[in-house]
Amino acid sequence: MNSDHHVILRVVSKMLLPIIVMFAFYTQFHGDFGPGGGFQAGIIIAVGVILYALIAGVPAAMRAVPPAFTRSLAAIGVMVYAGVGYWAMLKGGNYLEYQALFNEPPGEYHGQHIGIMIIELGVLFGVSGAMLTIFYAFAGRVAEIRDKDW
Amino acid sequence: MTGVLEGDIGIALVNILLLTVLFVVAIAIARLRNLFAIVMLSGIYSLVSATWYVVVDAVDVAFTEAAVGAGVSTVVLLGAMLLTSRTAKPDKKFARLGPLLVVIATGVMLIYASVDLPALGDPNSPVNQGVGLTYMQINWADTGIPNVVTSVLGSYRGFDTLGETTVVFLAGLAVALLLGFGERSLAESIRREGNLPDRNAASGAEAGKEEDAS
Repeated sequence: MNSDHHVILRVVSKMLLPIIVMFAFYTQFHGDFGPGGGFQAGIIIAVGVILYALIAGVPAAMRAVPPAFTRSLAAIGVMVYAGVGYWAMLKGGNYLEYQALFNEPPGEYHGQHIGIMIIELGVLFGVSGAMLTIFYAFAGRVAEIRDKDW
Repeated sequence: MTGVLEGDIGIALVNILLLTVLFVVAIAIARLRNLFAIVMLSGIYSLVSATWYVVVDAVDVAFTEAAVGAGVSTVVLLGAMLLTSRTAKPDKKFARLGPLLVVIATGVMLIYASVDLPALGDPNSPVNQGVGLTYMQINWADTGIPNVVTSVLGSYRGFDTLGETTVVFLAGLAVALLLGFGERSLAESIRREGNLPDRNAASGAEAGKEEDAS
């Protein structure tokens, strides 16, 4: 099991990984203006970690992004999203009523922008955490894939 | 209008090409017995359909299809394939007859129904006349967000998106509980020993050495 014949894959993926994650954040924060948003960005981040797991092996990926972290991240994501709803309620509005976040009159969009940005962050955490949890659950059951198995 | 017409012919050719590729890939998936090839072809199917979504201006859907269909689900299917055998069992000769009839009947009904569908992008179709048009008109005054998809998803339909996020979370939780949450999982052994598990000790020990060296 020498890894020398994977050297091209390893070098190329090492260059690609930061770009993939950066593109995920672009998708996340550019969602107000173009296609994309929390779901897509979360998937792309998960794909970045999965690519690392495919190249470096699942144990290495589990050390870099521990499964306990991904499980918590998924839960935290849902809590962040739901928390914005309670924030609006505390300010006297309805659940998830972004206009109430800063007690703005109609025509001011600060609350809408901030609210949607935070819920999209919640979606990002929830989706990337859940996807990685699913991936780890499957990959953790499989012994390391030997080359001759392909 | 001539410009639109010329554009339509080009786009129609692209549509025909992409749908032909989808058709060929689908036939290949149905006929193959090697699960690895089937998983790879289903990834290709997702990628081609993502391209087709771009052609019909559904960029958000294309984005999601490329990331989920071609990326994550291919990897998850590969993992699932490794847990089972590598080839599907061959069907019995006459067992295919019933499903074939069902598929043909459904296809005929779908083609019959598609005759009544409005043309793509028809401004007078019910989709573009009803609530869709209303969103386009009131979105800017309501939310001040230029992308209507985002404002509908996050603001008008915020409850739906909260529900979807919860569903994704529950899916992850259910898979983790069923497959890999407890003592037997690879994650648990890594956390406890700070090292690789015994199960694949022969190959794993060497892999561990390489990582320590690098």
